[in-house]
Amino acid sequence: MVDVLDVRGVTKTFDVSRPLLVRILANDRRKYLRAVDDVSFAIPAGTTMALVGESGCGKSTLARLAVGLHAPSAGEIRFEGQALSAARAQPAMRRRINMIFQDPYASLNPRWRVDDIVAEPIRTFRLLGKGAAVAERVSFLLGQVGLTAADGQKYPHQFSGGQRQRISIARALSSAPQFLVCDEPTSALDVSVQAQILNLMKDLQARLGLTYLLISHNLAVVRHMADRLGVMYLGRIVEQGPAEAIFATPRHPYTRLLLEAVPSLDATGRSRSGIGGDVPSPIAPPPGCTFHPRCPLADQRCRVERPEPVATANGVLVACHAVEEGRGG
Amino acid sequence: MTDLLEVRNLTVEFPTRRGVLRALDDLSFAIAPGEVLGVVGESGAGKSLTGAAIIGLLEPPGRIASGEIHLNGERIDRLRPAELRRIRGRRIGAVFQDPLTTLNPLLSIGRQLVETMQAHLKLSDRDARARARDWLEQVGIPAAAERIGAYPHEFSGGQRQRVVIALALCAEPALLVADEPTTALDVSIQAQIISLLQRLARERGTAVMLITHDMGVIAETADRVAVMYAGRLVEVGPVRDIVRSPAHPYTAGLMASIPSLEHRVARLAQIDGAMPRLDAIPPGCTFNPRCPSVFSRCRVERPGLLPAGATEAACWLQDRHG
Repeated sequence: MVDVLDVRGVTKTFDVSRPLLVRILANDRRKYLRAVDDVSFAIPAGTTMALVGESGCGKSTLARLAVGLHAPSAGEIRFEGQALSAARAQPAMRRRINMIFQDPYASLNPRWRVDDIVAEPIRTFRLLGKGAAVAERVSFLLGQVGLTAADGQKYPHQFSGGQRQRISIARALSSAPQFLVCDEPTSALDVSVQAQILNLMKDLQARLGLTYLLISHNLAVVRHMADRLGVMYLGRIVEQGPAEAIFATPRHPYTRLLLEAVPSLDATGRSRSGIGGDVPSPIAPPPGCTFHPRCPLADQRCRVERPEPVATANGVLVACHAVEEGRGG
Repeated sequence: MTDLLEVRNLTVEFPTRRGVLRALDDLSFAIAPGEVLGVVGESGAGKSLTGAAIIGLLEPPGRIASGEIHLNGERIDRLRPAELRRIRGRRIGAVFQDPLTTLNPLLSIGRQLVETMQAHLKLSDRDARARARDWLEQVGIPAAAERIGAYPHEFSGGQRQRVVIALALCAEPALLVADEPTTALDVSIQAQIISLLQRLARERGTAVMLITHDMGVIAETADRVAVMYAGRLVEVGPVRDIVRSPAHPYTAGLMASIPSLEHRVARLAQIDGAMPRLDAIPPGCTFNPRCPSVFSRCRVERPGLLPAGATEAACWLQDRHG
């Protein structure tokens, strides 16, 4: 199968230094934040890859890199076999990538009618000629996401959160993309509405052959949607592979702790052991394996040597010395 | 056991130019000491408003139109502001979603704890300081003795929420109202806060009203669950029964729409449509336009809570005599 997106050794650093004068006065150095650190993965056409992790792990930065909103500091991203930076330069390629954002209240222009919001990518890329063709396409798109053509005359504030997210999806689909990056598409929605949107995303994928990169902190949502999964911690993917295999037998200690920590409907009254500690600052990450201060399996090697991803039996890549050495299961 | 908090027929209204909106409609429930009552529902169902009414922090023009709130047998919904201030903090503690807006950024957390305790309890500076340190240890702040002089911005999100919980509890209230206490936190931190709340209820006998939209959190933390929809209580019962065998079609739909970690389904069950707006509450049962089991009576007559196995549900399907 052809890979739609191929991310190879991508790193993104941000300069978070204080202003020059302050640095001189306080005798301070430049500071860099490595939001994404040597990440590689590929997404086959028509499938869903999900990235999970806690706040600050770099998953949203990676989403922005994948649509070309950021340029990588190192490494390369290829879209349909072509370097993404070059693809972004051509409108014909650019229209094939689109994005759905988390907050449907902030991502729609409140002063525009829904028709114009959905038609904007069509007009920007000059995909259709005259007004009648555009109007026809917009009403088709609205129907596809479960809205009516009459809804096109309304403004965003006249819709509920779930309906607004449907508008965002219609807009994202209007340039007939192949690849959609969905950054926490249902985090702002209630569960019953979340189910509507997730079902819609699955239906559209089946009908249009879409490829998704799904960013989420909700493991249950990821379990429902993903074919492949990457677990991120402090800018690195610590475990990645087929989602089924990872959910069945999580190998990396962080993945296990994360799965263990999710409150579950099937565990009423469970008393939990709990994970200690917080995610360290990405400006000064711990040496060696960045997870070692919180890891129950950490030893001397983990404190100094950074683990590289190693393939395990079921096609899962795990970056962990303990797993590699067979320590602690 | 006598109930610590008792809410009877609580109705909260908002007068607006276009008429009076009824945001809470005839709500009745109770919480016993040491019990965790989970209050769930979607945005706009009235969960937070219920909490605010109990704490006495309804924002005008919202007002309690009818009904009573009793704490330990004493009626607290008619108190004057000064009397309410004494109860708030001393007998009812509150934790809100965003720990940064609850803490004063200009005061050290030790100072905030000491001030809160001295406002409600007769304590010398030294005793108050010692107790502040104890509280920080109890809620799991590492190196509490050194960090007592630190300011809110020096703590991580999870630690801040623990400081807020310590603040809410330091005057030893009998009731804790926690409104989405873990929503702004990551799962690993959320797990820590959940176990903290459970321990407090078990060890100190604090009654906890836990308001959240996260059913997973409720399933693990609560003893009983109250499900709200469009300002009304639709089902209340033991957590196990609400999760495993809900009686109300809305609760059932809500449970089925939650994706599970344990097993994957091709499609999630979905409840079509959305919760009605307050200015367009349908007659009869508020859920009737979305209900898969709706029949004619639901469209005209409002159901009260009826016994439904282990739970109580406001649903005409449970009316054996009707």
